[in-house]
Amino acid sequence: MKHILYTAAIALLVFSSCKKDNTNEYNSNIKGELSIEFDNIVGGENLALNTGSYTNSTGETYKITTLKYFISNISLEKADGTTYTVPQNDSYFLIEEGNEDADHASLEVPEGEYKSLTFMIGVDSLRNTKDVSERTGALDPAGTANGMYWGWNSGYIFFKIEGTSTASTADGNTFMYHIGGFGGYSSPTINNIKIITLNLVPGGTPKIHNGKESNIHLMVDIAKLFDSQSHISIKEHAAVMFNPYSTTIADNYATMFRHDHTEN
Amino acid sequence: MPKKYRLGLIILISVIYACNKDIIAEKFAGFKNPANFPQPVYHFSTNEITQSKFELGRKLFYDPILSRNNTISCGSCHIQTSAFSHHGHNVSHGIDDKLGTRNAPAIMNLAWYTSFMWDGGVFDLDLQPVAPLTNHVEMDETMENALKKLKASADYPSLFNKAFGEQEITTAAVLKALSQFMLMCVSSNSKYDSVMRGEGKTFSTEEEKGYKLFQEKCSSCHKEPLFTDNSFRNNGLAPTSIDDKGRQLVTLNEQDAYTFKVPSLRNLSYTAPYMHDGRFYTLEAVLEYYNSKVQQSPTLDPLLKKETVSGIRLTDEEKNYLLAFLKTLDDTSFLKDKKLSEQ
Repeated sequence: MKHILYTAAIALLVFSSCKKDNTNEYNSNIKGELSIEFDNIVGGENLALNTGSYTNSTGETYKITTLKYFISNISLEKADGTTYTVPQNDSYFLIEEGNEDADHASLEVPEGEYKSLTFMIGVDSLRNTKDVSERTGALDPAGTANGMYWGWNSGYIFFKIEGTSTASTADGNTFMYHIGGFGGYSSPTINNIKIITLNLVPGGTPKIHNGKESNIHLMVDIAKLFDSQSHISIKEHAAVMFNPYSTTIADNYATMFRHDHTEN
Repeated sequence: MPKKYRLGLIILISVIYACNKDIIAEKFAGFKNPANFPQPVYHFSTNEITQSKFELGRKLFYDPILSRNNTISCGSCHIQTSAFSHHGHNVSHGIDDKLGTRNAPAIMNLAWYTSFMWDGGVFDLDLQPVAPLTNHVEMDETMENALKKLKASADYPSLFNKAFGEQEITTAAVLKALSQFMLMCVSSNSKYDSVMRGEGKTFSTEEEKGYKLFQEKCSSCHKEPLFTDNSFRNNGLAPTSIDDKGRQLVTLNEQDAYTFKVPSLRNLSYTAPYMHDGRFYTLEAVLEYYNSKVQQSPTLDPLLKKETVSGIRLTDEEKNYLLAFLKTLDDTSFLKDKKLSEQ
């Protein structure tokens, strides 16, 4: 009996300590590490740059040679409705397929459990018009943003995919979508800025603690670039850059992001 | 000392003295707003003009290091003696002898410009150099590689350090230095300016008649004293085979089809050929174009539709008066200003 009591006491202790961990008193005055991983896939397959061959619903087979996109203006919402907005200058990331250092956004956020994630695909209009001295880090056209900036029509390219497809009649059977457009500086024009909000509850909420690392693992399904709200034919649109059709492509890529799971 | 040597010595001394005087006289004066100009629109608060930044910008402007194969500089197509335009070239003539689609515009008085390029695609002078530097038929370089080359060069790291006080050469520093040079390209010493500022000069009878005609028929778009209102207009040029839609490429708005920036008329004598694609070689051809060749189109500027036949009616006599007035906008001191020349 004494033995049983002893065991029960230990069990209670373990349970109570477990419970304590779950409810946890988060200290929102201190920060913990959070990464958001952008795992590019095509349908049910992992995206294999240059080698993977995929087919869209139009029956066109394609390979992808370049895939880059800007993620910015990140915020996280807690269950109680309060929101943490990542400081503006720390909130720009260029995600690049094939570059291990550029498959995620690294953040420091206050301790707490977050139920939803909001981010922008692209670069906000304000930063697109800011003084050149504030275009550093991911936004430096001579650095990370090399190739993601239009000099002739000042503004960032938000999303860039290039590849080959037998359906393309362009030289080398290439296709390329360079999508940007922040709405115009002095005259209004296309605005392809997309804001994505993902519910993190079904896939698991990140529980941020100082000294621990959490990772929100997102799946980014490139198949939806071609087949989502609209069906995009490579044959009909082998090269789309700054033109009205880019809005159709942006509407599609805004549906690519899905929360898969969270690692705490 | 023999007499002839003494004379030589006196001459030598006076030459040295004159040189010294020149150096003293050329003390860097920074950016000066001409008395007859409005306030500039450039944001000097984030890029205060200093001698070392300006001189660094000038060195960059004339340095082919900014092009892919180190053959073309900004100054290759923006030549000072042509008011920083590309005299004799209808469209820009860049790397590997490749041709662009538009005429290299004059670099002058950019501190008063609200946008840049024929289509206004660039809204900040600091961002302007990225366009020609990365254009495949102009300098065909990447900003990344241009910076790499500057960092690896013998003289630039210390020049940037001196000018900007930063250890590493940054994109912003390169662009701001180039802006400083371009901002200092102020043309404000034409006869017209002297007359307007009441510096003792007066228009001849012909010039005066031309000025009246100009105010009546041209100045709503070519607004004084910069001779542009910074707007985009379709002046009725027939599209060519490349069908350049102008500002529509930037706004994607059909109402902007075939509209281009109203160019300044200053230094016209040196900036031929004319129009966004350099299709007219003489000012006579330009005036005759407005008189009789303006094409009707949905976006033709309303100011050119005021008469039953589109355009601006001009008699030969009126054209001569206008040409006389336009000549008063030439500013030879700008073309010869050593401060703006390759050193």
